[in-house]
Amino acid sequence: MDFTLSKEHLLFRQMVREFVENEIKPIMQEIDEEERFPREVWEKLGPAGLLGIQYPKKYGGQGGDYLAYVMAIEEISKYCASITSGIAAHSSLCCWPIYQFGTEEQKMRFLPELLSGKAWGAMGLTEPGAGSDAAMQQTKAYLDGDHYVVNGRKCFITNAGEAKYYTTVVMTDKSKGNKGMSILVIPADAPGFSIGKHEKKMGIRASATADLIFDNCIVPKENLIGKEGDGFKMIMQTLDIGRIGVGAVGLGIAEGAWEETLKYVGQRKQFGKTIGSFQNTQFEMADMKTRIDSAQLIIYRAACTKDAGLPFGLYACMGKYYGATIGSDVTRRCVQLFGGYGYMREYHVERMMRDAKIVEIYEGTSEVQKMVIAGHLKVGK
Amino acid sequence: MKIVVCAKQVPDTTEVKLDPKTNTLIRDGVPSIINPDDKAGIEAALQLKEKVGGTVTVVSMGPPQADAALREALAMGCDEAILVTDRAFGGADTWATSSTIAAALKKIDYDIIITGRQAIDGDTAQVGPQIAEHLGIPQVSYAEEIIDASEEKIVVKRQFEDRYHIIEVKTPCLITALAELATPRYMTVHGIFDAYREKEVKVWTLEELKDTVDMSNIGLKGSPTNVKQSFTKQAKGKGLYYKDLSAEEAVETIVAKLEERHII
Repeated sequence: MDFTLSKEHLLFRQMVREFVENEIKPIMQEIDEEERFPREVWEKLGPAGLLGIQYPKKYGGQGGDYLAYVMAIEEISKYCASITSGIAAHSSLCCWPIYQFGTEEQKMRFLPELLSGKAWGAMGLTEPGAGSDAAMQQTKAYLDGDHYVVNGRKCFITNAGEAKYYTTVVMTDKSKGNKGMSILVIPADAPGFSIGKHEKKMGIRASATADLIFDNCIVPKENLIGKEGDGFKMIMQTLDIGRIGVGAVGLGIAEGAWEETLKYVGQRKQFGKTIGSFQNTQFEMADMKTRIDSAQLIIYRAACTKDAGLPFGLYACMGKYYGATIGSDVTRRCVQLFGGYGYMREYHVERMMRDAKIVEIYEGTSEVQKMVIAGHLKVGK
Repeated sequence: MKIVVCAKQVPDTTEVKLDPKTNTLIRDGVPSIINPDDKAGIEAALQLKEKVGGTVTVVSMGPPQADAALREALAMGCDEAILVTDRAFGGADTWATSSTIAAALKKIDYDIIITGRQAIDGDTAQVGPQIAEHLGIPQVSYAEEIIDASEEKIVVKRQFEDRYHIIEVKTPCLITALAELATPRYMTVHGIFDAYREKEVKVWTLEELKDTVDMSNIGLKGSPTNVKQSFTKQAKGKGLYYKDLSAEEAVETIVAKLEERHII
C-alpha cells in the first residue's frame, strides 16, 4: 500500500493552487455576496484543463485520472465550493453519460466542446416531485419523426442558464416505470426550452441554480444517449461516478475552514493567551484534522479504485457521505472557535458553514448514501 | 524558429537565509520554483512559437532536483528539456556557469536564446550576457517586449533607466527577459501528465559536454569569483506614513517632502 502522491499529482496540485490563488481567492467573497456565477473564472477553467481532467485527450480531455480530478475539486473547494459544485455537475453529471454511453459520433459531437470548456454542461434529473425518489420522473418525451418532443420541468439544476448542453432524464414510456426512462442531450437553444428564475440559496450562492422548462421542446433524435428505456440504469451509474467528486467538495470545505481556523487560533488572544493554547482548542483542532484526514483517505481510495478499474461504488458512496458529514461538522465547529467573528460575513468560515450544508443534500442526501452503503453491504438481506 | 530558454531553479523566497559558517544559502525547507524572470522567458518563448512556429527547448544547469523545474516548463508547453548536471559543475560562479551553459548550447541548434534578466537568489544579471559573449552572438538585455519576430531578426523593446530602446537584432541572438516581458501561463493538466509520463528530461553531464567545454572554466576551480562575505542586509528605517489625506493634501505633502530634499 502506497500513500504517497506521484510527482505528477504533486505538480498538478501546485498548478491548481496557483490557479486558485490568482483567479478565485480574490473574488470568492464578492461572488457569494453578489450571488454571481463567475463566468470570468469559468472561462479560464477550460483552457487550464480543469473541465476535462479525467477524460482521454481524443475527446478533448486532459488524459489525467480521477485522483487528479478529486484533488482539483478538493483544492478549489477550500476556497469556493460554488465553483466546484458547478465543475462536478459539468464533468461528472453532464459529460460522463455522454462519454460512457454515447456513440463515437455523439462523443465527437459533444465532448471536445465540453471538455475543453468552450461549452459548459449541466444535468437535468431532479424534479419538483422526484428528488430522492428519482424514479418518479414526470418529464415526458415522445418520438415524432426525426425528433423528440419534451414536456416537463426540472428543478434545482446546477449550471442552469450558463450551460450549453443539458444531459436530461426523460420518460419515454411512463407505463414501464424505471424501464421507461431515457437520456437526451438537450442544447440550450432547443426550441421550446427555457430557464426558470434564478434560485436564492443558503450557500454555494455563486453557482447558478434554476429550473429547466420544456414546453413542446424539440430535440433531434440523434441526441438520445444509449437506448430508450436504459435511462435509469445509466443515471444510477452516473451518480456513482459523481459521488467520487462531490465527497471532495465537503472535504475541501472542511480543510479550508480548518486552515483558516488554525491561523486564527494562533493569533486571537483571550485571558492573556492565544486561544490555540487552550486545551479545548487543541482537542478540537486535533479531532477535526483526524476526521478530515479520514475523509481524504476514503475519497482518494474511491478515486484510485476507479482509476484501477475496480469496483468503486461502495467507496465512492462512503466518501460522499463522510465528506459531506465532516464538511458540515468541521465548519460548524470552526465557526464556534472563531466565536462572534466567525458569525460575521467578513470571515470565511461563515460562508463555508453555509456552503457545506448542500453537500449533505445534493447528488443524493446523506440518508440516501447510507441506504446505498447498506445495500452494498447486504444489511438485512 | 528554434528557441532555447535558459531557466534556473531557485528557492521560493526573497528573504533567503544564509548559513553564517559557509556563506551559502540555506535551502532546507524552502520550496523551489522556476526563477520568475526565467519563467517570463519561457512564456515569451511559447508565445513566439505560437506566432512564428518552431520549437522551444529549455535548458537548466543545476543539481538533479532541478528536474522538477524542467518538468514544470514541459507542462507549460516546452517541447524539450535538458538538465546540465555534474558534480564537476558544482560551486560555479557566473563565469563558470555561463561557460558550462554555453558549452551545452553549442551542441544545440538555436535562432533565439532567452534567459531571465537575473535570478532572485543571486541577482547578478551576468549569466545571460556572458553566455552571448561565449557564443559570439548579439544580445539584448532587459527585454520588456518582443515587438516583432521572424526567422531572420527580432525587434525588442529594451528597458533602460529613464527611457527604452527599440532594438532590431539579427538571429541567432540572445535576449534577457524582464518579468514584465510576459505573464506566465498556467501549466495545463495534460501538460503535467505528459511531462512525467510521455516526455523526458535529457541529462547532460561533463561526459556529454567534453568536446565543447573548457575544463579550466567550470565548477568551483574554474570560478574566478570568491565570496568574501555574505550577509542579510539590515532593513532600512521605517518609512513615513501619512494616513487619511485627500488627493490634494497627498500631492502637497509629497511635493513638499521632495522639495525639502532637493529632489525637485
